[in-house]
Amino acid sequence: MLNVFHNLEISHYIYLSTVLFSIGLFGVLFRRNAIVLLMCIELMLNSVNLLLAAFTEYMGDANANGQMFVFFIMVVAAAEAAVGLAILVMVYRNTRKTDVSFLDQLKD
Amino acid sequence: MNPIILILGLPLLGFLINGVLGSKLPKSVVGAIGTASVLGAFIIAILNWNIISQPENNSIHLDLFTFLQIDQLSLKVAFQLDRLSIWMTLIITGIGTLIHLYSISYMKEDDGFYKFFAYLNFFIFNMLLLVLGSNFLMMFFGWEGVGLCSYLLIGFWYKNEDYGKAARKAFIMNRIGDLGLLLGMFLIISQFGSLDYSVVFPQIATGNTSTSMLTAISLLLFVGATGKSAQIPLFTWLPDAMAGPTPVSALIHAATMVTAGIYLTVRCQVLFALSPLTNEIILWVGLGTAVMAALIGLKQNDIKKVLAYSTVSQLGFMFVALGTGAYSTALFHVTTHAFFKALLFLGAGSVIHGMHHEQDIRHMGGLKSKMPLTHLTFLIGTLAISGFPLLSGFFSKDEILTAVFLHNKVAYVLLAGSALLTTIYMFRLYFLTFHGQYRNHHHAFDKVHESPMNMTLPLMVLALLSIVGGALNLPTYVTHSDGFLLSWLKPLFIIPQSIHEINHNTEYVLIGIAVLIFVSGFLIARNIFVSKATVPAENSTGLGGILQNKFYVDEFYNKVFVRPLEITSSVLHDLIDGLILRAFTFGIFPMLKLVGRLNKKVQNGNIEMYLLYMVIAIVLLLGVNLIFA
Repeated sequence: MLNVFHNLEISHYIYLSTVLFSIGLFGVLFRRNAIVLLMCIELMLNSVNLLLAAFTEYMGDANANGQMFVFFIMVVAAAEAAVGLAILVMVYRNTRKTDVSFLDQLKD
Repeated sequence: MNPIILILGLPLLGFLINGVLGSKLPKSVVGAIGTASVLGAFIIAILNWNIISQPENNSIHLDLFTFLQIDQLSLKVAFQLDRLSIWMTLIITGIGTLIHLYSISYMKEDDGFYKFFAYLNFFIFNMLLLVLGSNFLMMFFGWEGVGLCSYLLIGFWYKNEDYGKAARKAFIMNRIGDLGLLLGMFLIISQFGSLDYSVVFPQIATGNTSTSMLTAISLLLFVGATGKSAQIPLFTWLPDAMAGPTPVSALIHAATMVTAGIYLTVRCQVLFALSPLTNEIILWVGLGTAVMAALIGLKQNDIKKVLAYSTVSQLGFMFVALGTGAYSTALFHVTTHAFFKALLFLGAGSVIHGMHHEQDIRHMGGLKSKMPLTHLTFLIGTLAISGFPLLSGFFSKDEILTAVFLHNKVAYVLLAGSALLTTIYMFRLYFLTFHGQYRNHHHAFDKVHESPMNMTLPLMVLALLSIVGGALNLPTYVTHSDGFLLSWLKPLFIIPQSIHEINHNTEYVLIGIAVLIFVSGFLIARNIFVSKATVPAENSTGLGGILQNKFYVDEFYNKVFVRPLEITSSVLHDLIDGLILRAFTFGIFPMLKLVGRLNKKVQNGNIEMYLLYMVIAIVLLLGVNLIFA
């Protein structure tokens, strides 16, 4: 199992995380459903996590600083998702929809 | 303790107490504090009279601290009590005490009672600062301070817009004079490197300064004096200053502040004695003022306006004396004038008080029976100012006339004419007010009453002083020696005051003429206003109209100075402010609106757009970073 990973070049990780990040980015830009939006943000964060983990291994850092950072990002992402979803629940209760366009109601 | 601290400190303390706590204190306490503080200063000045009169030690000094030190020039807060200062101090605080006492009743009904007393005390403090300072800077502080107090007190009833305008007029006219004084002080600094009297005057006395420089300095100082002492061309503020309460007119605009110009000249005697050209100008300006104001006084119908023009005219007399080099004579007339003019003003105030704020003499008449004390004291004041023999005004005016006679015969004739006019307008005022029939509704006459005790008491004291005041400087033909004031001031003058010897026969002729002037003036006034019982018309025509309208000086100033200034400022307002500045400031508003409208398009609440901007921005930043890294 480990061998499979060892056979992978660093560039493969970069391609994969770029693809994941792009999927997340385009999802954020072009989807209107707030839940999907949050999921896409998670996707972007996790693509970065993947890259950090891969580079830590590639650089052979004994302290595994990059991987430590991944945990931080996961914690922050969890907190962000909790807050975001809470807001979303409230929005849904008030507007009966989860479309992000509700935000334009703050216009004059 | 140094007496100067107390003399200056007591009125200042009174000002602070009344000014800060006055609104919470009862009126009786406020009045008592105000009066007592000035009385205290008066008593302390009297107690120090003996020290000053010692020949070897005739001044007390007080150096507090250095106010400003610029290179070699050091400006000190320092005072001196010498023969001239103590003379002025006694006039200021003595008459000031009486007028404070009088004001307690006169201002009793006024809401601003405590404010009035605070201002009066502050005025006394500033006036004392003016006469006690031992350098030009201290004098200038006092000079400005009395100007401020004068402004505050003229506009004391500030709810009347005209009074406010009169106050501003007085302030601005004085500022014009002050500019002259200030420039004179700058010249003194540049020439002598100091403002201390004790440094400047001995240097002048050495005679090393060029005459043209001395003339320039003395002329500039005289410009300052014309402003404060209401001489041509800056006299028009004083009659308008009658807008203030009557005690203010008596204290500030008759007895003390307006004599500051004479004090200045006497103080700088050495300077003026060495500038003959300035003396000649002072003489003719004073003479012009004396004659012109007396002429205007003939046709005024407001009791206070007559007295105001009389003050201007008498100040002219004093400047004539200064112009002839008779400095002690000018100071003598300052003193006697302070007595009888304060008396006349307070008497007028008593009439106004008793008549319930009626000031027009055409509506008075026959008040003799209603106000016996006021009538008697007013008569004494009138006699004193008109030069009734042996009263104070007789001696001082006679001294001035004698000095002018020896100096210039034409000036003598003009001044004697002015003295005749003085007698006429004063008796016109007296007869119209106290004699004849009452010229208003009869029920109003029944309400006329004599003033209370603390208004009549100052009147009686001042009347007594007006009678015996001449004793301060009796002429040689009475005592066969120099007058008291003349010898009192002698040690003060570095250059001795020139005293002209006069033939005794000539002197008796001059006295005869003076008596004749009084008698004829009295008879003329009596003939017109008692025998014929003439009442001044509403609008005089011809020459009388010109006099009634004060030679149209105000109108002239309005046309020549005020209107052009107004036109200039309105042009600036319309052009600079209206077109250029307005376009600029009001141009900003539509510009901001446009920017706002453009920004609104970007910030449309569409969250995908925001995210898109964010992504684009990040990509751009990364791109720039890659290219330029």
